[in-house]
This record gives sequence, structure tokens and C-alpha cells, in this order.
Amino acid sequence: MSDQLYQERIVALAKAKSGAGKLENPTRTVRRDNPLCGDRVILDVRLDDEGRIAEIGHQVRGCLLCQASASALSAVAVGRDAAGIAELRHDAERALGREPGETHEPFDAFAPVAAHKARQDCVLLPLEALKDALS
Amino acid sequence: MSFDVAAIRGQFPILSEIIDGLPVHYLDNGASAQTPLAVMDAVRHYETTGRANVLRGVHRLAERATESYENARAQVATFLGVPTMEVVFTGGCTAAINLVAFSYGSLLKPGDRILLSELEHHSNIVPWQLLRSRAGIELDMLPVTTDGRIDLSALPRLLTPKTKLVSLAHVSNVTGALLDVRTVVESAKAVGAKVMLDGAQRAPHGPLDLPSLGIDFYAVAGHKAYGPNGIGALWGRPELMEAMPPFMGGGSMIGRVTLAETTWAPSPRRFEAGTPPIGPAIGLGAACAWMETLDWAGAHDHEMALVQRLMDGLQEIDGTQLFGPASLQNRYPVVSFMLDGVHPHDVAQTLDSFGVAVRAGHHCAQPLMDRFDLDGTTRVSMAPYNDNGDIDALLAGVAHAAKTLR
Repeated sequence: MSDQLYQERIVALAKAKSGAGKLENPTRTVRRDNPLCGDRVILDVRLDDEGRIAEIGHQVRGCLLCQASASALSAVAVGRDAAGIAELRHDAERALGREPGETHEPFDAFAPVAAHKARQDCVLLPLEALKDALS
Repeated sequence: MSFDVAAIRGQFPILSEIIDGLPVHYLDNGASAQTPLAVMDAVRHYETTGRANVLRGVHRLAERATESYENARAQVATFLGVPTMEVVFTGGCTAAINLVAFSYGSLLKPGDRILLSELEHHSNIVPWQLLRSRAGIELDMLPVTTDGRIDLSALPRLLTPKTKLVSLAHVSNVTGALLDVRTVVESAKAVGAKVMLDGAQRAPHGPLDLPSLGIDFYAVAGHKAYGPNGIGALWGRPELMEAMPPFMGGGSMIGRVTLAETTWAPSPRRFEAGTPPIGPAIGLGAACAWMETLDWAGAHDHEMALVQRLMDGLQEIDGTQLFGPASLQNRYPVVSFMLDGVHPHDVAQTLDSFGVAVRAGHHCAQPLMDRFDLDGTTRVSMAPYNDNGDIDALLAGVAHAAKTLR
């Protein structure tokens, strides 16, 4: 065996399934597909009066990286508006080595994916979906 | 003498490489096969001793290039069991199917029907959907059985006098199932329909005798058959090809051009507009000639022994499920499986860390995945150069994924 992509923190994030499931009365529901690999994310969000995320639910039909990313995102999305979610996107991009700078929890867990360019879209798909939901 | 795998492996330099400290266990042949020295040598020989454009020049390099190019056509034709000038070089198997969809398709009328199946590769679905948009034809789909074969019991229901063409995979790129061509041809001919086979997954497993199949068109992918990228071949029944208008216009495919009108060259030139991929065509010719040298009965037995070893080994791993024929009859060495609780991409990524190359996902067969409600499969696709070590490395990787990812 060579390098370990699936380090414990990524597997733990995926298994935690934070935010997994549907919301009863979402403000918005968006679906994002990755046509290359077939990963699919459906996100429900409930927004408060100021456009901040009050609740989030995700259904991921995809790989462990996509599940872990959706779980990580759900764990820190509540209370953020579009600008706050954009900050998380930059954090993910930094973890993947696509932007310079330090990265923070929980997206720092995805640092091993920096060496696997073909899998980076799996991590970014839930963030793309949430961006759609807030736009 | 038993099939000498080591001797074959020795002809493929990449198989003895160590990449990032790992050996090469290449089990993604269904996507692209590796290339033997004979093919690389043929392409290098052309590039270093005879590189020029074909057909038009009178200088000696042009003559050499033309001779090599036409010799390659003869090698492909021998491999397919057809006359040389019935073979058209294309940019690939997808290009070959698109050629038929465009040129044969232009002879169809609104309301005509084409019969496909639910297990086709996108390249044997989308060109026909494009034709449907252009020409107002209708598409019908043969269903697929639970063991991953095209369900031919539906032929009587789906074939009508309006059906002009049946286009099916000779071997499934997902399940490895071999099509019962005889039944398809008999049923199609009864309603006057033509038959095209997508041979991308069959051609890498030995010479063909296309006339004995009774079909009308056959498409081949070069890079899946140990040849270069960017080359494929189409065989078409001559009377059909002569009736078909060109797919693309340009040099080489004309009879006479005036500003008022142009006449077409006969096939195959009619369908080879512009400078063809000469080096790749020479490579494909060499690949076909190389395949002719193999003991295919021995190779098939060897490949089926690998399939059996794989299926037995997967059964030992908790939560694996095969998708495709369980038997070794009427199949080729393409095996798809699922591992409960682990996405196919994660299986494939784990296998990569064991030096094992496989394909995971929908395999350009999304309608098949939808039909069986699958996220995708992990696909193991073999060639005669694969050995027990490849299968055992794969099984170790799957067992590791089962242990760590769920």
C-alpha cells in the first residue's frame, strides 16, 4: 500500500453524517450532480429572516469524500450567510492546495486530497450546492 | 503447452514498471488496454522512416506512408475477416458509430425506428438521440436481465416493420456479457432491419469473422485493442456504404470538386475526409497483426480462470455483490461488483494505493445504472497479460477497503 487518502478524520466525518437527511420545511432545496463520476448532492436549507442558515439537511449519493464534505459543511454552516459560506469554500480550497494560506477545522481534514486532483471535485460538490442554495 | 502469460507480459514494458513504489496491476483494460512493443515499434518506424501525408504525394516518403497506411487497413481487415477496402479508419469507436448514425441515419425517414438496449455505452445511445432530434426517428430499448444480459425475449415485441437498425454492444462494457448475435440477426432480418454491433469490448479478445455473423456494421476502438489512441475502424456492408452520403467533407473523400458541386469517392475514402490519423492507423494495424499471433483459445481459458479466481475471491469478502453473469459461459473478462457500504470510487481509490488500476462509476452506461438503481460499480476488465498476481492484489485491496471504509 502507498499513501493513505482515507485518513481517520475523513472517514470519521463521513461516518458522523452530520446534517444527513431531509428538512421538513426547507426554504430552498438544490441538487448538484457531478456528471463525470455521478456523485449527487441534494441540500435542504432553512434560512432565517436575515438570510442566514438556520438549519441544513443533505442527501448524498456519492463517495466517502463527498459524504465527509457534506458532513463537515453541515457541522459549521448554521448561522452563516452567503459570505460566511464563501469563507468556508476558501478554507476547503486551501486544504486542497488550490489556494495559499492556512486552513481550519473541519476542512483541514481534507489536506490528504490535495495530492489527488481527480477527487477534489468530490469535496467541493456540497459547497457548490450550498452556494446555489444561497444565491 | 499452457498459455505463456509471462511471455506476453514481457511484450508490454509498462507492466514491469514500478510507479511511486508500486507494481502495475492493470485491470482497467475495458477503458484502455496497454500497448505491446510491436505496436510502438510500428508507429516509431513510420515516424522515423516514412512520415509523410498519404495518397497524394509522389515522393518516396509519401509512397512509403501510403503503403504503410494501406497495409494497416489490410491488417485490420484480416483481423475482422473482411476484404481490405471494406474497412474505414475512423477517429475511434465513438466516431465510427457517429458516422453510421449520421450517414446511414440520413437515409431514414420520420417515424423510422432504431432498436438499442438499456446496457449500451453512451456512445451507442447519444448519437442516435442526436439523430432522433435531427430526423424525427424513434428509439426503442431492449431491457436487461438481472444478470446483466440484453433480454432478447423482448425482440418480437420491439422489432417492427418500422425498425431500420438494431445497434447493440457485442460485449457489455459493464457486465462482460456476450450478445447472442445469431438470435438478434435472425429476428432483425425478419423485419428487414440492419444490425450494427459496437465491438469495442469484443475486439481486444481475438480475431473476428464478421461475415459469419450476418451483421451489417461493426465498430472497433483502437486503444482498447492494444493500439494507439485516436483511431478506430468501421466495417460496413459494401452495398450499404456505397448508398450512404459522406459524414464529413474535405480532402481525399471526393471524386471531383467544382464550385458548383462535388462528387464522392467510393468507400472507404468517402468516409475518410482530410488527412487521416496515419501513425495511429499503422499502430492499429500492428495491434491487429499482433493479436493474430496469440493463442486465443488458450488466452480465453486463461482469462476465464482469472474471472473465476476473482469471483471466488470476492465471495470471501463480506458484503460483495456481483453485477453481471455469474457463469463463465458466453462472457468476456469484464466483471463488475459492488461492496456494501463503500462507494465504488472509494473502492477504486483504495485499490490504487495497492497499485491496482480499475474503473469505478457508471462506465458511461448511466441508463443501466438507473435501471438497477446503482450508484455505480467497480469494474475489473482483463486482458491476456493479466495474471493471478493482479487478481490477488485486487482482492487484498478490496478486503482492505471493506475493513477500513465502513
